[in-house]
Amino acid sequence: MSHWIIAPVVLPAVLAPIIAFVMRHDIGLARAASFAGTIALAAICIGLTVAAAGGETVSYELGNWPAPFGIVLVLDRLSAVMLLLTSMLALIVLVHAVATGWDARGRHFHALFQFQLMGICGAFLTGDAFNLFVFFEVLLIASYGLMIHGGGRVRLQAGLQYVVMNLAGSTLFLFALGTLYAATGTLNIADLAEKVRALPVEDAALVRSAAIMLMIVFAVKAALFPVQFWLPGTYSNAPAPVAALFAIMTKVGAYAIIRVHSVVFGPDVPVLAGLPGTWLMPAAIVTLAIGAIGVLGARRLMPLLSFSVVGSMGTMMIAVAAFTPEATSAALYYLVHSTFSAAALFLLADLVVSRRETGDLLKAQMPTVQNGLFAALFFAGAIGMAGMPPLSGFLGKLLILDAMRTTPEMTIAFVAILVGSLLTIVGFARAGSILFWKSTAMEPVEIDPAADAVDPEAPQAAGVLQVVPTFAALALLAGLAAFAGPVSAYLNAASGQLFDSSGYVEAVLGQDAEG
Amino acid sequence: MELLVASSVGVLTAGGVYLILRLRAFPVILGLALLSYAVNIFLFSTGRLLVNAPPVLNKYGDAVNTDPLPQALVLTAIVISFGMTAVLVMIALGAFLEADHDKIDMTDEPEAEAMGEERGA
Repeated sequence: MSHWIIAPVVLPAVLAPIIAFVMRHDIGLARAASFAGTIALAAICIGLTVAAAGGETVSYELGNWPAPFGIVLVLDRLSAVMLLLTSMLALIVLVHAVATGWDARGRHFHALFQFQLMGICGAFLTGDAFNLFVFFEVLLIASYGLMIHGGGRVRLQAGLQYVVMNLAGSTLFLFALGTLYAATGTLNIADLAEKVRALPVEDAALVRSAAIMLMIVFAVKAALFPVQFWLPGTYSNAPAPVAALFAIMTKVGAYAIIRVHSVVFGPDVPVLAGLPGTWLMPAAIVTLAIGAIGVLGARRLMPLLSFSVVGSMGTMMIAVAAFTPEATSAALYYLVHSTFSAAALFLLADLVVSRRETGDLLKAQMPTVQNGLFAALFFAGAIGMAGMPPLSGFLGKLLILDAMRTTPEMTIAFVAILVGSLLTIVGFARAGSILFWKSTAMEPVEIDPAADAVDPEAPQAAGVLQVVPTFAALALLAGLAAFAGPVSAYLNAASGQLFDSSGYVEAVLGQDAEG
Repeated sequence: MELLVASSVGVLTAGGVYLILRLRAFPVILGLALLSYAVNIFLFSTGRLLVNAPPVLNKYGDAVNTDPLPQALVLTAIVISFGMTAVLVMIALGAFLEADHDKIDMTDEPEAEAMGEERGA
């Protein structure tokens, strides 16, 4: 069993160069390989999730070097859930990209896609802070390629901004790691957890600045205020399937904050005295406000969806900032939910926007084909994102509110989440009615039916395969709501395991005692 | 020694940040390169500064040795930042050729165009 832990990293890492070098001229072959790889990844991740359900933290020593000298991969419930989420999302996005032909609009889509999966899976599995940096770089460099996939002026400019932003973030990451190493002499997360807890309070300055620098770096990825401004430009100009895949990228940042700032810089660490939560809470609340106001003010569909992603990150990080097991488990539930609801909306937006004359501009125009179907899907996606029953967004927000009830920030968190939800609902309702409802009231312009029939530019009805991914994402939201009990039981156990940092340390460092 | 390393990190960082804030592709690329030099030197210093000490343990005596781990980290960081700079140059070049200017901020966003259209109509 133990070698399976590294499979989610190795499988895409081997597959991607093969696709890039051997299958680059044959898109059919590349599609088949990419599908096979992603399905295998999903199977492996399901297996790992089942294996982790027992509650044992398994550490995998690369090259059999004992921790903290070698690099370790660590599988616990939290990593397993994130892996499963990644592989499910990847499968949905891949079907969409192939069905709509996005993958053929530029080169190397499938190779970059697999590299992206490798980076994401590695970031979720690694037990070493420097290794986390390396996997961040892997997933970022793949995301740069995916972001500018298909080309075009605006997309390249937005891509350039995204790259510059993330390179600056990477540099800060290195500064933070250097500071941390200078203070503690280790970069293994479990070893850090021990060393930071043993540190005398007089030497706290370096560790405190390292903790905050790391939080800024992860906040760049998670799009938290004040470093959230790259997200709307990037997501709204990225190819839609890529934007849907990027729904997991913000969660990588969130995962890193959850992992590092609970295990290493947790609330029980004397030298930090709850410093991360103090800064994270206001940042999360402002992020939520920006997201909600952005949704209300957006003039185009893609920025509207991007701002709703910003808002959902804010909601989630409010719960993370409490740094209690209950709140973290609520945040994890909301994390799973918001990934799929963002993906569903971006995929749907791609189907709609590519069929409209005015693109994603929020402006009434003649209804395009399958207006009813798209309207229904948008309605469902918007319900999910805004957090109304019966989909899982409502339960997610309810869990977060319930977990925040006992914290000192209760009032402000309640106000922010409830007002933010209201604004999001209004924004989505406005967009939906302009896009799908007002258009049906418009007088059809007289067109010669014969000319219309042969018009090759006329939008085609979406095929079954093109709609299936959106349906699948929405079905997962429904499933998440229907099976909220078992899911949140698993997530409760995951966050319980997360906050038991001594268990983590024992699993990683305990082995060298035997050997 | 400490003063030299510390001030070079500081000067490189300051120059890098200044150049990034110019918001033009070429200065930004140079600025990021300067920042990555700064961080590389900084990483070296995290293993404590020692001159003429080997990065290996000496089993024949208590000779001083310097910490080898930061050197490995710097090596990784150099490789990564080199690759990233190459990617950045290519993307910047593509953006420059498509847009005919090298501004990083998107002043002529499609939103502005669309709003102009609306106003004109």
